[in-house]
Amino acid sequence: MRKVELKEITKTYDGKIDVLSSIDVTIEPGEFFVLVGPSGCGKSTMLRMIAGLESITSGELALDGKRANALPPSERDLSMVFQNYALYPHLTVEQNITFGLHVKKISKKEQKVRCEEVCEMLGLTPYMKRKPKELSGGQRQRVALARAVVTEAPLCLMDEPLSNLDAKLRAKMRSEIRQLQRKLGLTMIYVTHDQTEAMTMADRMMILSNGRVQQIGRPLDVYNHPDNLFVASFIGSPPMNLIEAEVSDSMLTADGHWVMPIPNEKKWLLREDKVMLGIRPEHIKLAKESEPGFFVQVANVEVLGTETLVTFDFGEKSQWVAKWSGQYDILPGTKLRITVDNKHYAFFSVKNGKRLDRSPIPAAVKKVSS
Amino acid sequence: MTMAQEVRASDEKKLRKREWSNFLTGILFLLPSLLLFGVFLFYPMVRTVYLSLFLTSSQGVPIVFVGWDNFFALFQSTSFQLSAKATALFVLYTVPASVLLATALAVLANQKLKGIGLFRTMFSATMGMSVAASSVIWMFLFNPSIGLFNRILAALNIPGIQWLLDPQYALLSVSIATIWMNTGFAFLILLGGLQNIDSSLYESAKIAGVSDACQLRKITLPMLSPTLFFVTTVTLINAFQTFGQIDLLTKGGPMESTNVIVYSIYKDAFINYNVGSASAQAVLLFAAVLIVTVIQFKIGERKVHYQ
Ligand SMILES: Nc1ncnc2c1ncn2[C@@H]1O[C@H](COP(=O)(O)OP(=O)(O)O)[C@@H](O)[C@H]1O
Ligand SMILES: [Mg+2]
Repeated sequence: MRKVELKEITKTYDGKIDVLSSIDVTIEPGEFFVLVGPSGCGKSTMLRMIAGLESITSGELALDGKRANALPPSERDLSMVFQNYALYPHLTVEQNITFGLHVKKISKKEQKVRCEEVCEMLGLTPYMKRKPKELSGGQRQRVALARAVVTEAPLCLMDEPLSNLDAKLRAKMRSEIRQLQRKLGLTMIYVTHDQTEAMTMADRMMILSNGRVQQIGRPLDVYNHPDNLFVASFIGSPPMNLIEAEVSDSMLTADGHWVMPIPNEKKWLLREDKVMLGIRPEHIKLAKESEPGFFVQVANVEVLGTETLVTFDFGEKSQWVAKWSGQYDILPGTKLRITVDNKHYAFFSVKNGKRLDRSPIPAAVKKVSS
Repeated sequence: MTMAQEVRASDEKKLRKREWSNFLTGILFLLPSLLLFGVFLFYPMVRTVYLSLFLTSSQGVPIVFVGWDNFFALFQSTSFQLSAKATALFVLYTVPASVLLATALAVLANQKLKGIGLFRTMFSATMGMSVAASSVIWMFLFNPSIGLFNRILAALNIPGIQWLLDPQYALLSVSIATIWMNTGFAFLILLGGLQNIDSSLYESAKIAGVSDACQLRKITLPMLSPTLFFVTTVTLINAFQTFGQIDLLTKGGPMESTNVIVYSIYKDAFINYNVGSASAQAVLLFAAVLIVTVIQFKIGERKVHYQ
């Protein structure tokens, strides 16, 4: 287990554009930390700086409290899984897994024992004598994992390790990696562009965009309290519905629709002319007779078995998606009356995208204890 | 015939027709190169084999069929034995040295350093030079009185060497010039091969703490082996067929010490007008190249890691 601290880290390749700017984060020992963001936002760069494969332009990187900016990769006591797995095509699975162990003065016998152990753990035993090209994508992925595990390094870095797998295998590996990390007590820094992976695997996650930290927090906190518009639209599938709303004396309207009266505790909204209104798909409900609501026309329906995604036109320009659990048989074109509990609205500044109301949205986490 | 059978039969007929027309289209595309190969390669080859079995007039017209006599005569001639030896030595001197030198330069030039482009250009420059121009340069370098080499020797108080005129040194001198000429091409291909190796393989090794020398041995060379194999094969075949620099630097002399087979063929055919014997030598050379290449492929199969 290792503690990784990044202090005001900045990176530039060409001296002009900052690929990463003032990254400030501490990753606790034993934590599964996920770095998530769209492609090109600097995730790999950050991971490679931690690994020592890329120089740090300014700021400090500390491992277990000791400055490590200039430490060569081999002395950082970490392992890394690359996106393309970086397996040696001319070596067998076994040779791939034990490659480089001799540097750590581990005897041939010990290497073999360790390799067999790891192969057993990851179900690779039948393939130990094969070359990588004779393996399926999932098996190669496992070899890459095995190579990281066999070093027994306390810190493991992974750069989009699942992005070359099909959806089903990805879901399986997600859970396997997470269990492995727990079992071995590794500190994990895991890079992905897939918000589902981030949500399902992370102890804590960091959302990056354009080289800047957008938010750091536990998945549910981030989901329930996105700090800004970027996080709100990036995390969650389908993403949060967003619409620009006008504030006019004590009520909100969006695209000509009446949305909600402004209650007393939200009088601060009157300071703005316009706000971005956000609402999670699962918070849009069908309105009961007695409830206030608005009429919308259904544009598309996707029934996913346990849940139904209903896309409908909201006003002239925008479309919203609602997520209802259960199976709904609705024809496109149907008019529905929907409603949203006021407490579920999130408000963002139109100018800078920042969250306006800091009062937490009540979370819907149900605790189960044994 | 039932309905289903009829349908199947007509399907098959259509399919065969399509295959046939595909074949014709393919041939049509191949025709230009087939024609060129036919006129300039296959026909001369067949003709050479044919001529090697005849006694020929000074115009190269076959007169009497003599069977294997040309070959038997060659095996008994000391001149041919010398030629064969010179060729073998020449191949031995030039091929391993060229490939090693080019590999070393390519590994050096593959570093990510400022100004490395200059070195890459320099190392590959000999590829853009004709054999004639290179030979002239080397002729000056080897010149006994004004050449660079003898001046260096003189500066070190070592007596000068008759580089191209001493039977002891002539083949070595031509080999050195040839290695220099080979380097550009081999370097460029090998550098390309090196740049195709995924950098994450090295990064992974770096994290494991594997030393540079070990990385070279365990990653670079195996990953480069297909390229190395290709370069070796091409250099080998080229070495067997060397003509230009021999003609320009030594003309096969002194005392036939650089009279490699191709040059001997040229002399027999166009100076001595003994086309039959020259053809027989050409056939033997072809066989030698074929055998060596086949052996190389057999060894290569085991040592080369194709991805
Ligand atoms: N070696 C490099 N030289 C110059 N620019 C680079 C280099 N590597 C990455 N970049 C740039 O840095 C930015 C972030 O890249 P990267 O960290 O790979 O993003 P991500 O992994 O999040 O997709 C990109 O704009 C990319 O073009
Ligand atoms: Mg990346």
